[in-house]
Amino acid sequence: MGLLIAQLLTGLANAAALFLVASGLSLIFGVTRIVNFAHGSFYMLGAYIGLTLMNILPGHVGFWGSILLAGIAVGLIGVVVEILVLRPIYRAPELFQLVATFGVILVIQDLTLMTWGAEDQLGPRAPGLRGVIRILGEPVPLYDLALIGITPFVLFGLWWLITKTRLGVLVRAATQDREMVGALGVNQSWLFTGVFFLGSALAGLGGAIQLPKGGADLLMDFNIIAAVFVVVVIGGMGSLPGAFIASVLISVLNVFGVAYLPSSTLVLMFVVMAIVLTVRPFGLLGREEVAGEHGQVGEPERPIRPFGLTGRLIFGAIVLALALLPLYGSPFAQVLITDIVIFCLFAASLQFILASGGLVSFGHAMFFGGGAYVSALAVTYADTPMELAFLLAPLGAGLIAILVGWFCIRLSGVYFAMLTLAFSQLIWSLVFQWGEVTGGDDGLVNIWPAAWLSDTTAYYLFTLLVGLGGIVFLRHVIHSPFGYALRATRDSARQAEATGIDVRRVQWVAFAFAGMMAGLAGGLFVFSKGSIFPNELEIAKSFDALIVVFLGGVKTLSGAVVGGAFFESVKDWLTRLEYWRLVLGLVIIGVVIVAPEGIVGTARRVGERLGLVKEGEGTR
Amino acid sequence: MSVILKVEHLAKSFGGVKAVTDVSFEVRAGELKALIGPNGAGKSTCFNMLMGQLKPSSGRVSLDGQDITGHSPRDVWRRGVGRTFQITGTYQSMTVAENVQMALISHHRKIYSFLPRAHRMYREEALALLALVGMADQANRACAILAYGDLKRLELAIALAHEPRLLLMDEPTAGMAPRERISLMQLTADIVAERGISVLFTEHDMDVVFAHSHHIMVLNRGELIADGTAAQVRANARVQEVYLGGGTLFSPEDAHG
Ligand SMILES: Nc1ncnc2c1ncn2[C@@H]1O[C@H](COP(=O)(O)OP(=O)(O)OP(=O)(O)O)[C@@H](O)[C@H]1O
Ligand SMILES: [Mg+2]
Repeated sequence: MGLLIAQLLTGLANAAALFLVASGLSLIFGVTRIVNFAHGSFYMLGAYIGLTLMNILPGHVGFWGSILLAGIAVGLIGVVVEILVLRPIYRAPELFQLVATFGVILVIQDLTLMTWGAEDQLGPRAPGLRGVIRILGEPVPLYDLALIGITPFVLFGLWWLITKTRLGVLVRAATQDREMVGALGVNQSWLFTGVFFLGSALAGLGGAIQLPKGGADLLMDFNIIAAVFVVVVIGGMGSLPGAFIASVLISVLNVFGVAYLPSSTLVLMFVVMAIVLTVRPFGLLGREEVAGEHGQVGEPERPIRPFGLTGRLIFGAIVLALALLPLYGSPFAQVLITDIVIFCLFAASLQFILASGGLVSFGHAMFFGGGAYVSALAVTYADTPMELAFLLAPLGAGLIAILVGWFCIRLSGVYFAMLTLAFSQLIWSLVFQWGEVTGGDDGLVNIWPAAWLSDTTAYYLFTLLVGLGGIVFLRHVIHSPFGYALRATRDSARQAEATGIDVRRVQWVAFAFAGMMAGLAGGLFVFSKGSIFPNELEIAKSFDALIVVFLGGVKTLSGAVVGGAFFESVKDWLTRLEYWRLVLGLVIIGVVIVAPEGIVGTARRVGERLGLVKEGEGTR
Repeated sequence: MSVILKVEHLAKSFGGVKAVTDVSFEVRAGELKALIGPNGAGKSTCFNMLMGQLKPSSGRVSLDGQDITGHSPRDVWRRGVGRTFQITGTYQSMTVAENVQMALISHHRKIYSFLPRAHRMYREEALALLALVGMADQANRACAILAYGDLKRLELAIALAHEPRLLLMDEPTAGMAPRERISLMQLTADIVAERGISVLFTEHDMDVVFAHSHHIMVLNRGELIADGTAAQVRANARVQEVYLGGGTLFSPEDAHG
């Protein structure tokens, strides 16, 4: 009994930081409609800044003052980010905003590394709250009790701010109807900045307040963001009480998970999320978004066209040059191009649902890595011949996509993005924690191709055939009735439904198909490397693909392929730089703001200007 | 003439706002029926409840005697109802012809085929439908750059692709010049007469309404205040009050002033 209560209290204490971060995210989203993926980075900054301040300022006042100051400092950093990065793109499509905030994550990661170094830092203990008291014989840290005491005040304070102050009135008005705020005669951009300050400050407070329990390290940002998404999705987007309940639920569950099901701690919260969403698709206290008669954001799309003769000739020439590579290129070149083709197929599969379907998936790596793991498991445990195991990759990934899609497709926009991210974390946790089967961090090794493909050149040609074949097929599907129907659901779901197109089902099938193609890429990958590790399932891997699609130009499949080839070629060189994240992050932010059409889109535009390409002639 | 659409005690409220209260009417086969009323009277809300874009708060909608209340738009479409929207929702990323081809692909149940090239499918049929609504010369233009009136024509072609028996048209001539309105409505009347399609439409242009409808219903503040022939409606005291009482033709505030 005593143990149970002690664990319950630990869970409640852990909920404090989670709630602070989640409420900040919710608040920012409610007003600006931007899901700030960099919110975890603000949390991390709060921890580091708090730590530095605590080392300078002494005593009680110093400790609590440091937490407050850390919150304010992070709030100000949030303001800088808002003004420099987000202001120019409030009217841009969701994807652009999400990618821009991802750029911010990378920049903050490297700036943190520069400032505080790579070492994990231990948090100081709170003065006067170092001890424990015994409750029914079990030790409970005093600081935990302090946190439990503080959280209701934070909730109450926010509630008061939102319901009783003028700022709150504006925030609520903006949450319900953004145009109305303008009508109230309020400068909307300063309201956004103010809310960003508040939201970021809450994240910073969360980071600083957990210092005595945790500390500060460079992985904090990604670790918290998945949990925060889960909390926000479970609680209901934009609902503070929902965020509170979900924070408590998840934190308490985690503590009990650690005690009783130690190998499933990471998975547990995702399972809870899946259950909640099955019953209540918009979270415990969330409300269904009323779909109005909205138009499309951004520049109107151009009708797509099949490749013209020139396009076909160029493509044919490239394929020929690649196919003849073994005659004139080194084995190293073959290995490099194998990697590039695999990555291009992965990126192209993401581009398919992203551009044609308007489904911004943030967890596409779960299908790439998932497919690879299915093959690897089949080989490891069933001695499956390579040919069959290879086929299991797309099939397995397709099956995962069907299951995950069932949950995700029902939600739209940012909810969809967050949910796909959360599910990819679920799959990653499964693989990571289920070490007996998946090898955990050590991965699965000795997954080699069949004898007839074991030669580098043979596997190179095989990859070329399957990889390029896959890309061509994706392109073909874009031009097929199904591809058109998918675009119809994106252009106008209402019109599609009124003319007999089952919007959800079409999107679901497309999601599964894209997952399958990503799994195909995963299958090629695992047999080319001979091994697979959990990092192929990581958020970072999903983001690689997103960035590539984005840098290449979201709207064209060729963009994804060009972007993929470019990224894979510069990756080696880039990652040798000490602060490559900083460079990449700045490039991403720059592209979002300056050249949102990406490499291929911008090239086409420039070509049109110069009269090299006929107006409206597409390469898709 | 047999009754094709029957609406009984239909009502819808949004939170506290009663957009439609207790509306009952019938549409008979082959009939062109207008639903008129001031801005905000609840016409679009009615249409949305008929085809399933909105679930009614109460009441019943039946098509050919079968209850379709609250059925999905897709299901109502399958039963032969087509509609156009007040705010058009054509597919921006497709050409005019492709928009119609998409509707035909759906009509022929070919949505889930991955192999053929969509832009070659049912092309002739699509062009014929476009010619019918006077859009043949714009077939290859991008939909995103069409004039509003042309979008309305395109929507009509899309709705016709499914060979509907009942067409719901929400302000089919909005955004057109007066002469274009009359000619489009004349065209619509000819098409539906030839194909035996019934039409329920809303319209703000009274010339169009009185020239082309067999029956007219008047909705005011969510309430149906008249249902009859043009002469009956013109003579109706409450209609006169709503439309003529305050002088301004379409201001709901004048209705009970
Ligand atoms: N989704 C909604 N939520 C809340 N109120 C709504 C909604 N849709 C319509 N209304 C309200 O219902 C009433 C009827 O609106 P509706 O669009 O049906 O009118 P209408 O007759 O089509 O007008 P118009 O001639 O301007 O098209 C209006 O007061 C409108 O504000
Ligand atoms: Mg209307």
